[in-house]
Amino acid sequence: MGKMISFALNGNKMAVEVKDHWTLLHLLREELGLLGTKEGCGSGECGACTVIVDGMAVNSCLFPGLEIAEKDVVTIEGLTSPDGTLHPLQKSFVENGGIQCGYCTPGMIMSAKALLDESPNATEEEIKHSLAGNICRCTGYVQIIDSIKSISEGGVEEVHVVAWKNKEKDE
Amino acid sequence: MQDLKAVGKRIPKIDAVDKATGRVEYIQDIKLAGMLHGKILYSKYPHARIVNIDTSKAKQLTGVRAILTGKDIPEIKFGVYKDNRPLKTGKVRSYRDEVAAVAAIDPEIAQEALSLIKVTYEALPGIFDPEAAMKEDAPLVHEEHKTNILKMPWKLHYGDVETAKKETAYMVENRFSTTWVTHCCLGTSGAIAQFDNTNNLTIYTNTQIPSLAQKDFLSALKAMGLRDKRVRVIKPCIGGGFGSKLDTYAYEYLSILLAFHTRKPVKIVFGREEEFFATSTRQPTIMDVAQGCDKNGKLLFRDISMVLDNGAYTSWGATTPSVMMMPITSLYRVPNVRYEAMCVYTNNTYSQAMRGYGNPQATFAIESSMDMLAETSGFDPMELRRINANQAGDVSPQDFQITTCGLDQCIDEVEKRLGKKTPKEKGVGVGFASLIHVGGGARVYKSDGCGTIIKMDDYGKINLFTGATDMGQGADNMVAQIVAEELGLDVADVHVIHSDTDVCPWDVGAHASRTTFVAGNSALGAAKKIKARIFDMASKQLEAPPEILVMANRMVMVKEDPKKRLEIGKLLRKFHFSTNGEMLMAEYFYDPENENLGRDFKGNTSMTYTFGTHGARVKVDEETGKVQILKYVAAHDIGRAINPILLEGQVYGGVMMGIGYALTEQIIHEKGEIMNPNFRDYKILTIKDVVPIEAPVFETFDKDGPYGAKGIGEPGCVPTAPAIANAIYDAIGVRIKDLPITPERVLTAIKAKKKLES
Ligand code: FES
Ligand code: FES
Repeated sequence: MGKMISFALNGNKMAVEVKDHWTLLHLLREELGLLGTKEGCGSGECGACTVIVDGMAVNSCLFPGLEIAEKDVVTIEGLTSPDGTLHPLQKSFVENGGIQCGYCTPGMIMSAKALLDESPNATEEEIKHSLAGNICRCTGYVQIIDSIKSISEGGVEEVHVVAWKNKEKDE
Repeated sequence: MQDLKAVGKRIPKIDAVDKATGRVEYIQDIKLAGMLHGKILYSKYPHARIVNIDTSKAKQLTGVRAILTGKDIPEIKFGVYKDNRPLKTGKVRSYRDEVAAVAAIDPEIAQEALSLIKVTYEALPGIFDPEAAMKEDAPLVHEEHKTNILKMPWKLHYGDVETAKKETAYMVENRFSTTWVTHCCLGTSGAIAQFDNTNNLTIYTNTQIPSLAQKDFLSALKAMGLRDKRVRVIKPCIGGGFGSKLDTYAYEYLSILLAFHTRKPVKIVFGREEEFFATSTRQPTIMDVAQGCDKNGKLLFRDISMVLDNGAYTSWGATTPSVMMMPITSLYRVPNVRYEAMCVYTNNTYSQAMRGYGNPQATFAIESSMDMLAETSGFDPMELRRINANQAGDVSPQDFQITTCGLDQCIDEVEKRLGKKTPKEKGVGVGFASLIHVGGGARVYKSDGCGTIIKMDDYGKINLFTGATDMGQGADNMVAQIVAEELGLDVADVHVIHSDTDVCPWDVGAHASRTTFVAGNSALGAAKKIKARIFDMASKQLEAPPEILVMANRMVMVKEDPKKRLEIGKLLRKFHFSTNGEMLMAEYFYDPENENLGRDFKGNTSMTYTFGTHGARVKVDEETGKVQILKYVAAHDIGRAINPILLEGQVYGGVMMGIGYALTEQIIHEKGEIMNPNFRDYKILTIKDVVPIEAPVFETFDKDGPYGAKGIGEPGCVPTAPAIANAIYDAIGVRIKDLPITPERVLTAIKAKKKLES
């Protein structure tokens, strides 16, 4: 059974038919072709599939596709501005060695973004708490913490999605 | 010191932007037109005869395109011992044995088809304990092999251990053990195979050995009756390697077989549970270690014997004793050494290479035993290590030539940073352990080489085709930085292509921490050839002999008169667009002058060796048995840091993997069945477990390394467990000899100690 739902994906309004049993991860990757969101376990244990729904970081592999109706969904593809400028978190992960194989990276960045949107000056403890569900086998997390801290300690840099602005214009 | 512009700089990983934006393609992300999805049916028993496989129902399922069982496929043998087949016939020897494979139009249908296949088994008695498997009357895992003990002669004796034992003033003798742990690559395993009309194969696969995999797949094609065909191995971006991709596996052959039968591309990608139970682990060990020293603390002998659980089939895990020999014979100066290891077939999962390749296991035993020897002999643990530290110029009993060695510096630095042991706080202790590892290649095969091709375009930009495999560790940056340095270019001017056997030259694979040294030297060699040609061309234009030219800032110029210069792109265009024009390309194959181990296992296997010392300060809660690491220091002699950010990343990542190995990680087997195939129950460390790590490096500028560099991919996880075990002993006086050091083990040891004292 399917149902037509509308939602905003990275600032763009969408209307899509979603089947009952589809997860948000399936919808994004298999139906909409957004491959930036990764599957590391498919059962809520690794965080590789993290996306942001209405400001909250969620594991899209468990999140029912139908539940995004009328909500805002942000994925890793939505963080870079149309001119290619990286989101400060993306830039910081790149510059601080927060990325090795990169498989955990989209999920890490989305979890970090949800945190910093909520508390821009997050402490190391808060960072560790918020990212506890994101597994990385390569980096040992040290440079991931550095990457996030260098933004949260900066404190002033506005952390928002540039593509998001399009949506405001639309409305 | 030379003024370097690219080498030694903290240049972000060149594919990091694509990874941060979700743009790189992993095997999970690749879709080919008309692609089918394959799934594998695994055994329901650890050891059983296959009586019958009924696929009739599954075949009728709409959307199923092919079903294969052992009977439908030719005799393709793979693995180090060629004792494995993509689909088993006759009997299954472990729970991960593949009994059937399905291709269907989507993964769900393929999965459903698996559930419709009916396999009738006749259970056989299993054997799960390697020591029991060595007994005469033990059930045989491979009948044709006659015994469960592999015929691999891991045995050496240098000097005279028996005499040394008589002369020794102090001696310790203990048994240690390590268990199964697994790589936990975040991107799971997968492959897509596709044949063209004339049966040439293209396979996309997660591999650390594109060239050797190509060879394996060629022999599979031969077995399939396809002679004289081409195999192209394309390696997508890899979601972590750590040694897991050093062999070829059943799923790769099954994607090939299914693609051949359906004439369509077939993709097999593992789910997480499958990744846990159907990929190979680190080799588990039982290790008996004796060592002794004279009254001055000089080591006199080391006597080690081991039993290794090989599992049901033989992959690289069975050859880890060859690497264990390195710390056994050459970590510290030890004149008399005896070592014997036996690998034994069981009905457990089979093991593979994993970061450190046997070295973490052996070093756990040796370095724990060193602390015990220090206590017995009354020497300070660090003093005992200093007395016996390797030095540059040494030749070890295994004939390893130590060219550069920063071990003394590492020991001093770690001790300085962790402070002396006293005064003691209750439950707090410090412990140390050192390491030796190959840092300049490792000649395992006939060739330890790597090829590079450099192609320059009309604008001074480079396409660099390397045999090296990047799996996140930064092989791409390393070669780009070296070439940019040599040719006075920006790192961004160098585009690295490392993913396709059709365009990239041969390389033996991303193992043995060899890539920086070998692929780095290869890239350097190609760049030097290019440079010589550019100087040749420029010398005519600038009317100056090549010897006085240099390259910098994308220019070639006269060294003492930099105003006399030419922009490189301009120079290249001039030579391209003229009569008898030419374009600039160079290739270079570097094969180090290291040696294969001989029959006596002697030989300078690596051009240089990496050294390091780790230390931990821990706090042990005697009520709960929990170990908390308060501070961790990992000092390494790395020759030269080509890129400090990536280097630190290797050390941090290695150390955290090592801490997991020491304290939390284990695959729990119950009669061959893996009981914890998920991240909930298999305890990989999370960001909450991060400990304060310091990673000082010493640059010893190895004469043979590219810009002096040695390899550092594996060392980070080599001496971690013994450093922690030694710290625990220092803290509460209990010695844990089995990994992982779980709170339960600590509590049991505390109880046993109290009982002994009362
Ligand atoms: S894929 Fe969703 S949590 Fe692992
Ligand atoms: S960078 Fe590989 S899993 Fe995090």
